[in-house]
Amino acid sequence: MAHTSHRRTAMAFASIVAVSLSVAGCGSSDDGGDTTADAGAKSTIDCAPYKTFGELKGKEVSVYTSITAPEDAPHIASYKPFEDCTGIKIKYEGSKEFEAQLPVRVKGGNAPDIAYLPQPGLLKTMVETGKVIPAPPETVANVDKNMPDWKNYGTVDGKFYAAALGANVKSFVWYSPSAFKDKGYEIPKTWDELMTLTEKIATDNPDAKPWCAGIESGDATGWPATDWVEDVMLRTAGADVYDKWTNHEIPFNDPQVATALAEVGKILKNPKYVNGGFGDVKTIASTSFQDAGQPILDDGGCYMHRQASFYAANWPEGTKVAEDGDVWAFYLPAKDDSTHPVLGGGEFVAAFADRPEVKAFQTYLSSVEWANERAKTCGSGGCVTANKNADASLLKNPVDKLSAEQLTDKSATFRFDASDLMPGAVGSGTFWKGMTNWITGQDDKATLDYIENSWPKS
Amino acid sequence: MAASLLSIAPSGIPEPLLRAQSTTGKFLLMFFAVAVFAIVFGLVLLLASRFKGRNGEKAQGALFAAPAVLLLAVGLMYPAILTVIQSLRGKKGDGSFSLSNYAAMFTQPELLIVLRNTALWVILVPFLATGIGLLYAILIDRARGEAFAKALIFLPMAISMVGASIIWKFVYQYKQTERPQIGLLNQILKWFGLETQNFLLDAPLNTLMLIVVMVWIQAGFAMTILSAAIKAIPDDIIEAAHLDGVYGVKMFRFITLPSIRAALVVVLTTIGIGTLKVFDIVRTMTAGQFKTSVVANEFYNQSFRYDAAGLGAALAVLLFVLVIPIVAYNIVQMRKEA
Repeated sequence: MAHTSHRRTAMAFASIVAVSLSVAGCGSSDDGGDTTADAGAKSTIDCAPYKTFGELKGKEVSVYTSITAPEDAPHIASYKPFEDCTGIKIKYEGSKEFEAQLPVRVKGGNAPDIAYLPQPGLLKTMVETGKVIPAPPETVANVDKNMPDWKNYGTVDGKFYAAALGANVKSFVWYSPSAFKDKGYEIPKTWDELMTLTEKIATDNPDAKPWCAGIESGDATGWPATDWVEDVMLRTAGADVYDKWTNHEIPFNDPQVATALAEVGKILKNPKYVNGGFGDVKTIASTSFQDAGQPILDDGGCYMHRQASFYAANWPEGTKVAEDGDVWAFYLPAKDDSTHPVLGGGEFVAAFADRPEVKAFQTYLSSVEWANERAKTCGSGGCVTANKNADASLLKNPVDKLSAEQLTDKSATFRFDASDLMPGAVGSGTFWKGMTNWITGQDDKATLDYIENSWPKS
Repeated sequence: MAASLLSIAPSGIPEPLLRAQSTTGKFLLMFFAVAVFAIVFGLVLLLASRFKGRNGEKAQGALFAAPAVLLLAVGLMYPAILTVIQSLRGKKGDGSFSLSNYAAMFTQPELLIVLRNTALWVILVPFLATGIGLLYAILIDRARGEAFAKALIFLPMAISMVGASIIWKFVYQYKQTERPQIGLLNQILKWFGLETQNFLLDAPLNTLMLIVVMVWIQAGFAMTILSAAIKAIPDDIIEAAHLDGVYGVKMFRFITLPSIRAALVVVLTTIGIGTLKVFDIVRTMTAGQFKTSVVANEFYNQSFRYDAAGLGAALAVLLFVLVIPIVAYNIVQMRKEA
C-alpha cells in the first residue's frame, strides 16, 4: 500500500514536471501533442464521451482550488486518464487564499478556466458577476444520472452551472472506542440517549469533560459552531424548516432557531460538559478546530468531539482511525429512529471559460470514471464524491467508507451546510462572528438578533 | 515555439510574456521590463537634451518628472478616486450614491469597536515605542557593550510582522493551570502560583497584548534613530552645559530633548503611520476576533470576505483621511529643518 501510494505521488509529480516543462519550453505544442496522442491508446477509461468535443490535443485547462499540498497530489493524479484520452493538459493551482483571491481574479479579468467552489453561496456571488458559464449538456446528463440530489445546489436562478465534486459528512461525533469500552459506554442511538450519556460521563469522570470543542480557524473563526447549530436544527426542527431558514423564509431569530441554539447551548455552554482538555466554555473560542478533538486521545481530556469526516486528517501520525482503533466516529443521533438527517458539504465545479476542452473536463469530473479514479488514487482519505453511482468498494479509507454509507443510505435526508448556502455576508460573516461572540458570553437572543439584522436586504 | 511567440496580444506585448509562469518566461518578462525602462529613460534624456536656456530648464524638469507623475496618476490617484466613489455607493459599492457606509461606520456597534481599537493603537504604540526606544538609547549611550545592547533591541525589526506575531502567539498560548504550559507568559504566571490567563480572548486586554507586539518591533527602530541623533549632539554644547552645572534629568530636559526634537518627530510620525496601517499582527494573532479588529483588518474583511466592497472602501478612505494630518505635519517639520 505504501509502495503504491509512493508510486502514485511520483506519477503526480511527473505530470506536474511535464506540465511545467512544456510551459517552460514556450509550448512546443507539436511534440507534446504527439506523445499524448500515443498515450491515448493506453488510457484506463473509456474515451468515447470526450470525442464529441472535437479535437482537443495540446489544449490546456487551468484549475484553481483551495486544495493545497499534500492533498492536491491525489487530485492531480485522478486527471491522468482524462489527459491520456484527450491530450488536454490540466494546469492545477491550489491556494490557501482561494476564497479571497478568486473574486479578485474574476473581477480583474484573470479568471481560471475552472474553479472548485467550496460553497454554493460563493457560486451565487460568482454567477452574479456574469462570468460563470452554464454547464454543458453532457455534464448536465451526468449530474442527472449520478448526483441528482446535488443538482439544486449547483443551480442559480433556474440555470444549472456547477456539478458537485467531493463530498463530506458533518454529522459525526468522534470518540475513542477503547475509552468507551473501558467505561462501558454505548453508542447513543437517539438525541436523548446522547444527552443521558453526556450527563453520565460528566458524573463518572470529575477530571474529564464529556465534550471538547474548538472554533478558532483564523479569519474563518466560528464555522464549527455554525455546524453545531445546523446539525441540531435538522434534528429539532426538521429538514423543511431547515430549508426555510436557509432561504430566509423564516427569520434568523425565529423561535425554532432559538430552540436549536438553546439545545446546542445545553452542551457547548455548560461548564460541566465542556471544554475537556482545554478549560472553561470560553476556551472553545480560542481553541483551533484542528486541536479541538485531540484530548480524546489523552486521559483526563474529553470523550466526544462533533466534527466532520475530514477531521480524520487531523489525528497525529500513527493514530489508528477505525472502528477497532484509537479513534472512530459515530453518527450524531437524530431525535428518534424515524428520521435520519445528514449534514454535509462539498465542492462545486464552476467554469469561467467557454471552450470545448473546458466542457470536456467538466464532463469528466461529473462522470463515474472520475469518481472511481479519485477513489483509486486516493491519498490519505477524504476521497468521497457526490457521485452515487461510484463504486464504493474502491474506497480504502475507513472514514471514507463510513461517509459514503451515510451519503448513500436510503433512509437518510441529506442537507447541505446552511452557512454555505446563505449569502456570504451572513454565511461566512456574521453567522461565524455571532457564534464566536455567543461562545464568549453573548446570550442567545442578542446573537440571533445580530445575525438577523445583518441579513442583506434586497 | 514560433507559433506561440507570434500570437501577439492586442496590447502589442507577446502573449507568453503576459502570462509568464515558468522561470524562463519570468526572466524574459524581467528583461523585457528592464528594456522598456531603459528605452523610456533614454527617450526622456534625449528629449531633455534638446531644451536649452532658462525656459529649457523648466521643460527639462517637467520631462524628468513626467514618468513619475504619470505612474503616480495611474497607480495611485486613479485607484484612490475609484475607492472614494465606491465608498459612496452603498454597501456593495455599486448602488446609488449615499453616505450610508460612513453612517454605518460611526453607528454600528462592532465597527465602533474597530474605531476604538484603532484609536488605542495609534495613541499607545508611537508613544510607548518611542519612549522605550529613547530611554534605552540614553541608558546604553557610551556604555560598555553598547553595540551588543543595540543589536539586541534592534533584532525584532529584522523579523517580519507575521513572524513576530506567530512568536508572540506562542508566548501568549493558554493552557489550563494544572496542565503543562506551552506559553512562556503563562508558565511565568504558574511559577508565581497564579492562574493562567487566556490573554488573547478577553477584551480589551487582548488589544493591549497585541499592541505589545508592535511596540516590541518598533522600539528598536526608535532606539536606532534616536541613538544616532543623541550622538550627533555637538560635544561643545554638552561641555558648556556641564560647566553650567546641568546634569541628569535637567541635561535631558534642556539639552538632549531639544537637540533631537526633529528626529523624535520623524520617529513618532513614522511609527504612527505604520500603526494606523497595522494589519498583519491582528490578522495573524486573532484575525480580528474577540473585539480586536482594527480599521485595516476590517477593511480587508468587508471588501474580500463579506462582499461589502463599499463599506470596505469607506474604511480605506477613513484610514487615508487619518494618515493625511500626520504626513502633512511631517512634511512641514522637514521643511522647517531644511
